[in-house]
Amino acid sequence: MANKIKVATTSLAGCFGCHMSFLDIDERLVTLVEHVQFDRSPLTDIEHCSSDCDIGLIEGGVCNSENVHTLREFRKQCKILVAVGACAINGGLPAMRNFIPLEECLAEAYLHGIGVENAHVPNDEELPLLLDKVRPIHEVVKIDYFLPGCPPSADVFWKFLTDLLAGSQPKLDYELVHFD
Amino acid sequence: MTKTLTIDGKTIPFQDGQTIIEAATAAGVYIPHLCHHPEFTPHGSCKLCSVKVNGRVCSACTFPAAEGQDVINNSQELNDDRQKITQMLFVEGNHFCPSCEKTGNCQLQAVAYHLNMLDDHFPLFFHNRNVDASHSDVLIDHNRCIFCTLCVRASIEQDGKNVFAIAGRGINKHLAVNSATGLLKDSDLDKNDKAAHICPTGAILIKRTGYQVPIGQRLYDHQEIDAVSLAHETEQRHGE
Repeated sequence: MANKIKVATTSLAGCFGCHMSFLDIDERLVTLVEHVQFDRSPLTDIEHCSSDCDIGLIEGGVCNSENVHTLREFRKQCKILVAVGACAINGGLPAMRNFIPLEECLAEAYLHGIGVENAHVPNDEELPLLLDKVRPIHEVVKIDYFLPGCPPSADVFWKFLTDLLAGSQPKLDYELVHFD
Repeated sequence: MTKTLTIDGKTIPFQDGQTIIEAATAAGVYIPHLCHHPEFTPHGSCKLCSVKVNGRVCSACTFPAAEGQDVINNSQELNDDRQKITQMLFVEGNHFCPSCEKTGNCQLQAVAYHLNMLDDHFPLFFHNRNVDASHSDVLIDHNRCIFCTLCVRASIEQDGKNVFAIAGRGINKHLAVNSATGLLKDSDLDKNDKAAHICPTGAILIKRTGYQVPIGQRLYDHQEIDAVSLAHETEQRHGE
């Protein structure tokens, strides 16, 4: 147990589609957990990274203050940080709000949208503040590897992790690299 | 005597008047490119076809082939530069492949794959650009325009019209439409024009043709752009 590689995962401004795709490695998960132990992750419900994580997989871009804190924690605690999927790499679908002023986005969703009752912009102090623009994660911290795709296929996760576990530089063949 | 030059040490014949990229393509050597198209006057703007000619960096699509030239094409240094250029094209526009109809058929994306580009490297601009959906048959999404001018050249040289131009400087550079309103619907563009079909990215699309070929079965989904490009050129030559 002590020798297992520690993997942490999180979804920032993502849809969990990349996590779902990761789980699509199906029965290979059994082989994987012989070699890795999941640390902070939606799969384990562990809230914070251990100080000695080996690999951090980040899905989604950065859209609010909590995302920034989470991303910085991952960078601090993980030896290798990986941007997983289109949103982590270029902001993706959530970044399409970047072309509309934030105030207008909030007004459309919470004040003037169809079917809105008791219209007010949520302002509970527990809620993280939204950033002016959604940003890819490489603009906030240094990223070591990128797995493109929306989502990256299960085979991408498998190839990447098995390459790393074998101690070799991960290499994705042509068929595994897709931006869509 | 046939005149020759060398590309990456391989001897290649050429004819007077050919550019380096024309000689290379005829000999089955792929040089990455986006703004180059064999049917149109070279523009030399995308710089992806940068090669070293006798030690100096030149655009292969504009530089004339000459006897004894020593051309370096497929080197780590040049491919690294080409990857950076492609990343700059990606961050300057708004290229969200998962929501673009051109994905899988897109030359910008295919060149990125070919150069093993996995990320954007640079900070993204997120500059707001508009969409012109006014025309009944053709759509322009300016977010995806890379200013290759292929539509400009196709309109003038092949369609005998003058529908497009590049206007503005720096971040304000944009594809301009030649009509009183600036809208595509008031221009001379017809959906059968070459200019409506030449776009290497998803900036100019024909309406009501979207997703007829499913993702996963598209041009570059299973074969690299070098093979596709060379096969296409060979086909064209045999057709002539």
